[in-house]
Amino acid sequence: MHRCGYVHFWLLGSVMLICSVSSAPGEAVLTHQRSSLKPSEPSFRLNESEHAPGSNITGIPIVTFKWHHVETPYLVTVWILVPFLGKMVIEANHHVTNFIPESALLICFGFILGGIIWGADKVQTFSLTPTTFFYYLLPPVIIDAGYHMPNKLFFTNLGAILVHAIIGTCWNAATLGLSLWGCQIGGAMGDLNIGLLQYLLFGSLMAAVDPVAVLAVFEQVHVNDVLFIMVFGESLLNDGVTVVLFNVFDAFVSLGGPRINAAEIVKGIVSFFVVAFGGSLVGVAFGIIISLLTRCTKKVQIIEPGFVFIFGYLSYLTADMLSLSAILSTTFYGVFCQKYVYANMDENSAHTVKYAMKVFANGAETIIFVFLGISAIDKAIWVWNTGFILLTVLFVLVYRFIGVFLLTWILNRHRLVPVELVEQVIMSYGGLRGAVAYGLAVMLDEKRIQEKNLMIGTTLIVVYFTVILQGITMKPLVMWLKVKRAAATELMLLEKVTNKMFNHTLVAIEDISGQIGDNYMRNKWKDFEKKWMTWALMKPSARKKQDRVFDVFHQLNLKDALEYVAEGERGGSLEFIRNESASLDFKKKFEDEYSEIMAYMSVNNGAVSRDPIPSVSLEMHEQTMKAMREAEEVNAHHLLDQHLYKSRKQHRHRFSRSHFDINTDEKEVQEIFQRTMRNRLESFKSAKMGVTPPKTITKHTKKEQQHKMPSGQSMGKMNKSFSGYEAGIENLAFMPDLDPTGSMQIPPWLLASELDSSMVAPSPRAQASLPRTPTNLRRLAPHFSTASFMLENILDTQQSDSDEPLPPPRNDGSM
Amino acid sequence: MGSSSSSLNKIPNAQELMQETGFSAAHLLRLYERFEWLDRDNRGNLSPEDFEALGGLAMNPIGGRIICAFFSPGQDTMDFPSFVRILAHFRPTDRHRNKGGTQQELPNSRNRKLKFAFQLYDMDRDGKISREELLQVLRAMLGLQVTEEQLQSIAERAIKEADLDKDDAISFEEFKKSLEKVNIEEKMSIGFLQ
Repeated sequence: MHRCGYVHFWLLGSVMLICSVSSAPGEAVLTHQRSSLKPSEPSFRLNESEHAPGSNITGIPIVTFKWHHVETPYLVTVWILVPFLGKMVIEANHHVTNFIPESALLICFGFILGGIIWGADKVQTFSLTPTTFFYYLLPPVIIDAGYHMPNKLFFTNLGAILVHAIIGTCWNAATLGLSLWGCQIGGAMGDLNIGLLQYLLFGSLMAAVDPVAVLAVFEQVHVNDVLFIMVFGESLLNDGVTVVLFNVFDAFVSLGGPRINAAEIVKGIVSFFVVAFGGSLVGVAFGIIISLLTRCTKKVQIIEPGFVFIFGYLSYLTADMLSLSAILSTTFYGVFCQKYVYANMDENSAHTVKYAMKVFANGAETIIFVFLGISAIDKAIWVWNTGFILLTVLFVLVYRFIGVFLLTWILNRHRLVPVELVEQVIMSYGGLRGAVAYGLAVMLDEKRIQEKNLMIGTTLIVVYFTVILQGITMKPLVMWLKVKRAAATELMLLEKVTNKMFNHTLVAIEDISGQIGDNYMRNKWKDFEKKWMTWALMKPSARKKQDRVFDVFHQLNLKDALEYVAEGERGGSLEFIRNESASLDFKKKFEDEYSEIMAYMSVNNGAVSRDPIPSVSLEMHEQTMKAMREAEEVNAHHLLDQHLYKSRKQHRHRFSRSHFDINTDEKEVQEIFQRTMRNRLESFKSAKMGVTPPKTITKHTKKEQQHKMPSGQSMGKMNKSFSGYEAGIENLAFMPDLDPTGSMQIPPWLLASELDSSMVAPSPRAQASLPRTPTNLRRLAPHFSTASFMLENILDTQQSDSDEPLPPPRNDGSM
Repeated sequence: MGSSSSSLNKIPNAQELMQETGFSAAHLLRLYERFEWLDRDNRGNLSPEDFEALGGLAMNPIGGRIICAFFSPGQDTMDFPSFVRILAHFRPTDRHRNKGGTQQELPNSRNRKLKFAFQLYDMDRDGKISREELLQVLRAMLGLQVTEEQLQSIAERAIKEADLDKDDAISFEEFKKSLEKVNIEEKMSIGFLQ
């Protein structure tokens, strides 16, 4: 492939660079005498500042090669660059990534890189150190996981998740350690010198399901929500157990066997609770801080996003400092603050946070996998013990299956929707080990554990087995077992409304039947949350619009607007301003035309690949909605603000901040008004001069379909009046099923609620089509009173019309 | 449990009820006790006032509708079998039930659950959810946060989305179709009513 050619080029080039660089250690400054260079580059003279003291300068160096100044940052950057390039190459080959998950390919890429470096250096200069991993690479992934956690799903299944995380991990650790020890006693491993405690320690570090690996593999498989959240939630929450087990057994190994008594064991159990709950509390505390902070950051919106990252990282480090569970802390930080931060922040900041988080998380994940591959090429850890390695792999797999099946069998008796057998298989198969296990293995103390290298090697082999082998076979397994996949949920208003109704219904039924069930508790929590927490942690302006049904409604309208504008632009520079009768119906009638638009929009989505929606219906896919919302709403808003109507100020919540300041907007809208108005006036005047009676606008007769005008102030008299969708494009002018003779609608974008000068601007076509019967004589054109649309007022205004052809726009709220 | 079988005798037609609704004896008993507790005046049947004694129900936005749904149109008393039949709608759907076994549709089948939900909207029982009815529900649930015009727009839009035969109202079939992706079994079930 053409593009890839360059990439390979770069790749090799950078690898060569690394090799050459790493093979030149200890060289200080290389000074070159480049008298041939143009002397007119004085900036280079600044480089000559630092020379190793005592080196003889024979002349003024114009350019110096100061490697040692930039060595560390340069290497770090190159080491970030290379995995990214690798990812780029991998992603370019979709036919490969369909079979082999990207994570597996990245590990293989790491092998290659490791091999090259090994070849150049004869020693593994670069490998994944625990410090780098635990303090720089892991936090972004966890912050992202917490912040984007589907809270409702998570908390609904929290019980099952906790059971799997705690009991499952303990089970894994215990059985693995004991079985291996038993096998050693049985002589299956030859001549190894590992005690029971060390086995238990090894078991505890191998037991943990890894969130990075789970994310990487499940991302490509798209299993249904519940299954995913169970495995993923477990992988996050089991850190509490892993940390405790590892530390406890590490301490036990140091203490030595005889010193362990009941007190120590009790202390171990107590430390679990402290670590787990303490970690979560630290996370929640930081979540509260950031929520409160974003209430006040209105003036610093430009760096608002930074706070989210800073506090996330701080929560990780603080928990680690207090020897609590850092992953739990960061997870609950994200889980807690996502709602409030999103509501409080400006829409742009919210986007920035989301995208930056994704960049960091994805980047970190990529680097982790590449380094996992590189770390393998290290002769030191190539200690082979057939029995140990093979038995470990076997036991890890087998005990995972047994554990999951056992626990699920117990859980299913208490769950409303039981977990099916095939889902249990996938849950067991999805218990992937990853970099966390490797990091912990490297942290083992080799003085106390002689076989550390063997353990590291085994850990790596298990990681490769799970990520590569299980990763590759996961998708075929899912398809073969016909596991329920993630349903592309379409957004329908009726569905949302009915959902809400179901919730209320269930609470009521629980009340009636006198039981305190899930729904009752959930309702209580929701009330508490709404009353206290939202009050404390959310900005007043954001508090108002917290309703999901309205959210959905608003998004649907925005999406319609976007499509509408796109169509208008296609038709030639927003014709609909001049020609309101351009009838665009968003129903399924216009499927073909709009399939292009939908394709255009799905191209823009990028992130979610899906089949193009065949019809521009009012339903849309929720997956894409989220991506759409972020990517498109800014566009939509730009377009809307520039060319269309203004939405009501008080409901301009987070989706409607514009890039222009308010004044400019008003001027623009007003300008459009006046332009259009002038046009109409021309035609009106010419019509008036002629014999033809003035054309009028008849108010759309009151039908069931009453759209209210979005203008807030003039509602007093307007209860019967013409209306348009709030922030929506659909208006009666474009509904072909309306009686064209009986109605003339004001296109909502020509109404400015703020300016509340309402233009009556019928299109030439409409004018022509209005029947000129005496009963229909109404006033045309610039009557700035919205009251003109009221049936009762029509007759009144008829008289005054001829007297004042051009009343100035009245900006007061009395209209 | 020996005692339960004698207590079951208090309940008229217990066996038939159990078969019709699928409740177990223990559950039926518990519901009977609840029925008696709600029935303040010991009349043997319930009236809407008895429900209003439940505080939580009063705060529920659609509490009134649910109470109405319990009573058949025109009647204002309800006896125990009716009480149980309505509550049977909220039993979780049995997954392992053999399909050919039952003659009649169990109350907690998906269809019946949807029908119940439909009736919560369709107060006048004309088989269609009109815009006005939808608007009432919306107003009850969202009225505090959303203005009247927006409610109207939302109702408008919801109807337009679901209304396939363009009669400006949602029939039961259209209602079912619009909710076909929703996991009704999960959303309209209460765990303890097993």
